Amino acid sequence: MMPSTADLVRVLPEIVLTAFGLIVMVAEPFLPRGEKRMLGPLALVGTLAALGAAVAQAQNPGYAFSQLVIIDGFSSFLHFVLLAITALTIIASFRYLERENINHGEYYALLLFGTVGMGIMAAANELILVFLGLETSSIATYILIGFRRTEAKSSESAMKYFLLGSFATAFLLYGIALIFGGTGTTFLPDIAAALGAPGTNPALVLMGMGLLFVGLGFKVASAPFQVWTPDVYEGAPTPITAFLSAGPKAAAFAAFLRIFFTALEPTQETWFWVIWASALLTMFVGNLGALVQTNIKRMLAYSSIAHAGYILVAFAAGSELGIAAVLFYLVAYALMKLGAFTVVSHVSAGESHQEIDDYAGLHSRQPLLAACLTIFLLSLIGIPLTAGFLGKFYIFTAAVKANLIWLVVLGVVNSALSVAYYLRVVKVMYMNEPRADLEVAPVPASVAFVLTLTALGTLYLGIVPGPVLSAAARSVLPLP
Amino acid sequence: MKAYWLSLVVFFPALGALLILLLPAGAVERIRRVALVTSLVEFALTLPLYFWFNPASAGMQFLEARVWIPSPLILYQVGLDGLSLVLVLLTAFLTPLAVLASWPITKRVKEFFLMLLVLETGMLGVFVALDLFLFYVFWEVMLIPMYFLIGVWGHERRLYAAIKFVLFTMAGSLLMLVAIIWLYTATGTFDLLALYGLRQAHPALLAAGEERWLFLAFFLAFAIKVPLFPFHTWLPDAHVEAPTAGSVILAGVLLKMGAYGLLRYCLPLFPDAAKEFAPVISALALIGILYGALVSLVQPDVKKLIAFSSVSHMGFVVLGIMAMNVISTQGAIFLMLAHGVSTGALFAFAGMLYDRRHTHLISEFGGLGTPLPVFSAFFLVACLASLGLPLLANFVGEFMVLVGVFEAERSYAVLAAFGVVLAAVYLLWMYQRVTYGEVTNDANRRLTDLSRRELVIAAAFALIILGLGVGSPFLTSRTEATTKRILLQVESPHYELAQSPESGAPESAEDKR
Repeated sequence: MMPSTADLVRVLPEIVLTAFGLIVMVAEPFLPRGEKRMLGPLALVGTLAALGAAVAQAQNPGYAFSQLVIIDGFSSFLHFVLLAITALTIIASFRYLERENINHGEYYALLLFGTVGMGIMAAANELILVFLGLETSSIATYILIGFRRTEAKSSESAMKYFLLGSFATAFLLYGIALIFGGTGTTFLPDIAAALGAPGTNPALVLMGMGLLFVGLGFKVASAPFQVWTPDVYEGAPTPITAFLSAGPKAAAFAAFLRIFFTALEPTQETWFWVIWASALLTMFVGNLGALVQTNIKRMLAYSSIAHAGYILVAFAAGSELGIAAVLFYLVAYALMKLGAFTVVSHVSAGESHQEIDDYAGLHSRQPLLAACLTIFLLSLIGIPLTAGFLGKFYIFTAAVKANLIWLVVLGVVNSALSVAYYLRVVKVMYMNEPRADLEVAPVPASVAFVLTLTALGTLYLGIVPGPVLSAAARSVLPLP
Repeated sequence: MKAYWLSLVVFFPALGALLILLLPAGAVERIRRVALVTSLVEFALTLPLYFWFNPASAGMQFLEARVWIPSPLILYQVGLDGLSLVLVLLTAFLTPLAVLASWPITKRVKEFFLMLLVLETGMLGVFVALDLFLFYVFWEVMLIPMYFLIGVWGHERRLYAAIKFVLFTMAGSLLMLVAIIWLYTATGTFDLLALYGLRQAHPALLAAGEERWLFLAFFLAFAIKVPLFPFHTWLPDAHVEAPTAGSVILAGVLLKMGAYGLLRYCLPLFPDAAKEFAPVISALALIGILYGALVSLVQPDVKKLIAFSSVSHMGFVVLGIMAMNVISTQGAIFLMLAHGVSTGALFAFAGMLYDRRHTHLISEFGGLGTPLPVFSAFFLVACLASLGLPLLANFVGEFMVLVGVFEAERSYAVLAAFGVVLAAVYLLWMYQRVTYGEVTNDANRRLTDLSRRELVIAAAFALIILGLGVGSPFLTSRTEATTKRILLQVESPHYELAQSPESGAPESAEDKR
């Protein structure tokens, strides 16, 4: 069967990204050494074109490819978020690749292919397609993490993520198989329908659900499947760390939400406590882990875990309000994490100087850079007038409405804990004497652009959250 | 113009901060002047509020309301009643003096005054916000400039004191955030005036258990800020380590926010729980009064002594609030002002000593009356005010509190009176050791007396201390109607509140499980 035009429009961003990824790959060998820097802007153009395609996609909601793909508000919202993350990552990588001398075209091509996988995850209406999207994005990130291949740490990270990630996807696949065995289908709405009907095997579905939880929990770095995060984040090239903490996490949450709220919605009472416990554990593991870190990348990695925990709180709320809160939070979180890692990527040139103490007196050398990092850190704490505060506020509001008072109280206890380690970085930057031996290069225009955009975005969402919030509220999954 | 006056008052210091941001960091003199002019103009801006204020009305005046965030509905709503009015005046009065007291600061001058002005906007916002969300925003945002003021420009143990201050305050206020959200889910609104109305219209708005928890969550945040014994441990560190301006603002304004919160939120919103917990809280306040005074007795350090005396004095404020009658509450509000100026003055004088000798240790001084006669005279005024000498500021407040508490619970008043006695002991003893006798330390012989700048600060404090002491009716008349309204809100469930037209009834009052 030939795909119809409507089918194609509904996957247009993926088509555009794939095309540009291929162009980058093909163009790379033909470019002389000095001209390779053209590949970055080319990939950026591709991402922006895909953003345009996402607009067309959003205007044509509906199913595509025999209901394998669903384009609704939810998937469109995530497409915009994911593509914006990729675009910012590409811009932040321009100078990084030159500086680290790893300026190869594959880097950008892999980013684009990874984004294709993430887009598929956000729009998949069927479990096998979720798996395909997850694999596409994972394989791209495995390579990107090890992109500084001469560095042992980078290779170690890639290996670790690859091995554990393969396990996780195996779990996921096994879970899919069991659910298929239990219900006779892999289409999400059909699973929900089958769960209510006679003839399903509840034990199989339950086991399948547990395995799906493991697989997806690994990808969003929720406890107890978070162990890989600090090591992988530390060893990966920093722009990729930024990407990893924002993009694949958002995509995995998208799939997580869609599977659990569409296909497994009838069993919500069963999985509610699992999510509840995982949210609590994730928050504590993340925040307590971050407290004792001295390496800023590892600290931010633990903070990523903690933030996955906050998102799970909204997940546990299990309402449309909760899903809207997750969507808003993903935007806020992407802005502050991309921003923070971009500062780190600039200061820690050559991936040395990753200790928090290396930021001593940064304020006196690069006041704007220090101010930007301060904004991101305050937002991560959740100080009002930043995106992070409103994100947390919406999450906690959704959770209180769902009567999860204790989870919320423990959540704010975690927020109070997190103040200690985020402010330590602020303290080091503003209150300690600068280190004489650490030179910080002037900020290149591309990095400045990313930082301006993310810092202003963080403040904008904190002061005028209305537009994004109402967009998120319009994009929630329809719950019965 | 009057319709926007309050917003102008709140955000004018932030405008000054913006201007400072645009100045080059090297233009130290210009930055100082901009900060001073901004804070003086700000003070001038608040004065018309006093005259325009209608003392007969118990409702909110100068009300401004507009939608900030449409869903969930969050208002930018500000307004003044008598309680807010006097605290706004106090804030605007103390800030220029804090700026003047900071003249000797040479390190990172630009950021210092920037933070100070941002802090002023935050403090004013706390006192005028009439939406719980908006209030929380100002309440939290204020922490950051204070953190920097202590952490960057403080004394030896500044880093420890700064993080301790933030952690304590955050711990309390985050639980308050949960309570705010809970209250919102129970009532469907963040609008404080609507909540007042709802509470009066439906005495059973909250289940008893619910009200108790909400009260405790709000109370904890405020008790830490006051600070009430045993939540006071951050205060000596923060006060001692903060730069002079920081101590003046901390003692003068920040501590008042806790008491303000009790009167603005805890009592009117959760009257039943407030009455239920009043004995416990009063007991804590009493312990604070006596404990603070006793600990002050043995302090070797001027600043620490003043800090612990604050614990004692703020105990009076809380005791007065919890006695819940007109005279005790009026006294508590007045004592907030009096303590703000007298303790602010004491910290300013301690700062002047520090500028000369770089120490706060009492044992380093002695006989300062000889080299510093003018200083010693003004310092005496502040000490006498703080110990509650009649005709000076604190006396009026303490006396009213004691009278009110005596009416409510005789034994409390008797015990609290010991706090006044002890205050005389520790303050006069400290004053004696610092200024009387022979100059024992050679380093003190050649000290120069007050400069013109310092004289301005000292005179301003002395004048206001005396002014408050003899002219108290000018302020108590402004707070009386508000006091009576708050007490009516606590006492009678069906008191008709002067409502604003903007704050309509929330949509889902019944949205309560």
